[in-house]
Amino acid sequence: MVEKPLIELVEVTRVYSLPSGDVVALDRVSLTINEGEFVAIMGPSGSGKSTLLNQIGCLDRPTSGDLFIRGKNTRTMHDRELTSLRLNTIGYVFQKFNLIPLLTAYENVEYPYLMKHRKPDDTGRVDTLLGMVGIDPPMAAHKPPELSGGQQQRVAIARALVNDPALILCDEPTGNLDSVTGHQIMGLLGDLNRKGSTILMVTHDAEVAGFAERTIVMRDGRVV
Amino acid sequence: MKDIILALSLRSIRIHFLRSVLAALGIVIGVVAISSMGMMGANMTLSVTEELSSMANNLVVRAYTGGSGFGGGPGGGGTSGSGDEFITESEFREITKIAEKYGLVYGVQSESDRIEVGDRKGRATVYGLDDKVMPSIFSLSEGTFPKSTSSVVIGPTLASRYSLKTGSRIDIGDPDKGGTMTVRVVGILNERGMSMDVNSDSAIIADQKLFNGIYGREGEYNQVNIILNDINDTQKVKSAILDKMNRKEETVTIQDSSRMLESITSTLSTMTTFVMAIAGISLLVAATSIFNVMMMSVTERVREIGIMRSIGTQKSEIRKMFIYESVILGVIGATIGAILSLAIGWVVVLAMVGSTDYFFSPSSLVYIPSAMLVGIVICVTSGVYPAWRASSLDPIEALRAE
Repeated sequence: MVEKPLIELVEVTRVYSLPSGDVVALDRVSLTINEGEFVAIMGPSGSGKSTLLNQIGCLDRPTSGDLFIRGKNTRTMHDRELTSLRLNTIGYVFQKFNLIPLLTAYENVEYPYLMKHRKPDDTGRVDTLLGMVGIDPPMAAHKPPELSGGQQQRVAIARALVNDPALILCDEPTGNLDSVTGHQIMGLLGDLNRKGSTILMVTHDAEVAGFAERTIVMRDGRVV
Repeated sequence: MKDIILALSLRSIRIHFLRSVLAALGIVIGVVAISSMGMMGANMTLSVTEELSSMANNLVVRAYTGGSGFGGGPGGGGTSGSGDEFITESEFREITKIAEKYGLVYGVQSESDRIEVGDRKGRATVYGLDDKVMPSIFSLSEGTFPKSTSSVVIGPTLASRYSLKTGSRIDIGDPDKGGTMTVRVVGILNERGMSMDVNSDSAIIADQKLFNGIYGREGEYNQVNIILNDINDTQKVKSAILDKMNRKEETVTIQDSSRMLESITSTLSTMTTFVMAIAGISLLVAATSIFNVMMMSVTERVREIGIMRSIGTQKSEIRKMFIYESVILGVIGATIGAILSLAIGWVVVLAMVGSTDYFFSPSSLVYIPSAMLVGIVICVTSGVYPAWRASSLDPIEALRAE
């Protein structure tokens, strides 16, 4: 039996209905991403990169077409199922880090673990991940606003990994970082990919896209 | 389990401490208002009931005159009436036989008559009572109860109106109609206020022998009073007497004060409910302020909600976070309110009722937990819509918020 691809998009279209008229953000996009790949999506602003990422990230559903995650069609899923896919199957790394400001770095990493397992982490996974991304325990006791951008993004990567997701989605992961820190973060993502993680990254920076093994270019809602 | 959602609610309250305190303050005020008004009503009812029940154990038996059993009273009858207007000696004995094991039974005779003190003339009610029962019914402010057939005790109002003291003399009767009788005041009674049985405050109370000596009305009682030992026997004694006496025809009617007590209690309870409803408005105001704070909290945390949703937090968890927040505000506000209610309620009861004897009775204190419960429920209710709003935000839109 042939293993199903991790992500498969078939003619996915997303139309936003605005008062000024319909906007086609994704136009019949078909795409396959296999387990273990490191894919970069490039394209100018408004080309549909983020819309595509939201689709694959289960934050949104296609207007038409089908999106399969490990063979399961997301178009017919309820919010509950989509939410649990986001918790268990997908890890997010955002441009603006998006850590929860009321929680410490440690708690931010532990949060998805608590949501999934309904108990605190007693396996040491959170500490291991924080160590791996270079956040030591004293630093982990700080809240996000007390950390630098690079540190926050490291915490965010540790958070994305805590539930051992099948796919890591990165939306401009270096967009808010200086080039040195950006390179460190990309090195970290490269390491993860070499250890077997599947990574899908949106960027408009060709240098950053160079870390990926495959690059998809989008324009006007289509893959070109 | 470590409840991270609860931790988030607590931290949000702590971060916006002043705002949360102000919102909870509304609940504090509401709870204090409702519970102290409730306690005031309860204390008022209890103390009025206590006051009234001192006479609520009185039954007054009068001869049936065809009309209403009420009214009648002393004064109207005079000597011209037929035997039907009085309770006869044999009827009195019969009533005594039925009721004596339940309390004190005594006959009362009364006449309204002309009196003369020195050269001042006027009218007063003269009561004739068995001198042995007088100490059980009245209390003296000075002097003694009558011991001879020419001495009387008088009510305090009459005493002050005619400047009477112990030793003063009163002429009773009309010199033109059968002459007068001079009696000596040997005691002055304490004030008794309005009552059904004997209105003694502006009356002359004489021994039965003296009364019959003046009016010649042996065995004719205007009323027979029964002071029950146990107020719960009221209905039993009432029906026993009515069954016996009214078997062939209506001969007596019985008046008791339970109906009056009921009507006063129900008036007080209506008043309490009304005052509490006004106090309840303060809780509505508090609800608005909680609602406002919760909506602000949701608006401020849109981005946080977006993050939580995007990394896999279910809608129900988001709802829970905001409900927790309003529950915490409600519980804190209601608890502080309950503690303050004890102090403020005490002051209100003292000021409005004048006595805190019943403050710690269950029917008074019950208003504290009740008001707490109402406060918490109102708080949680005002958190429902904001919580629902928060949970139904679109994660993509929410993430975009600054």
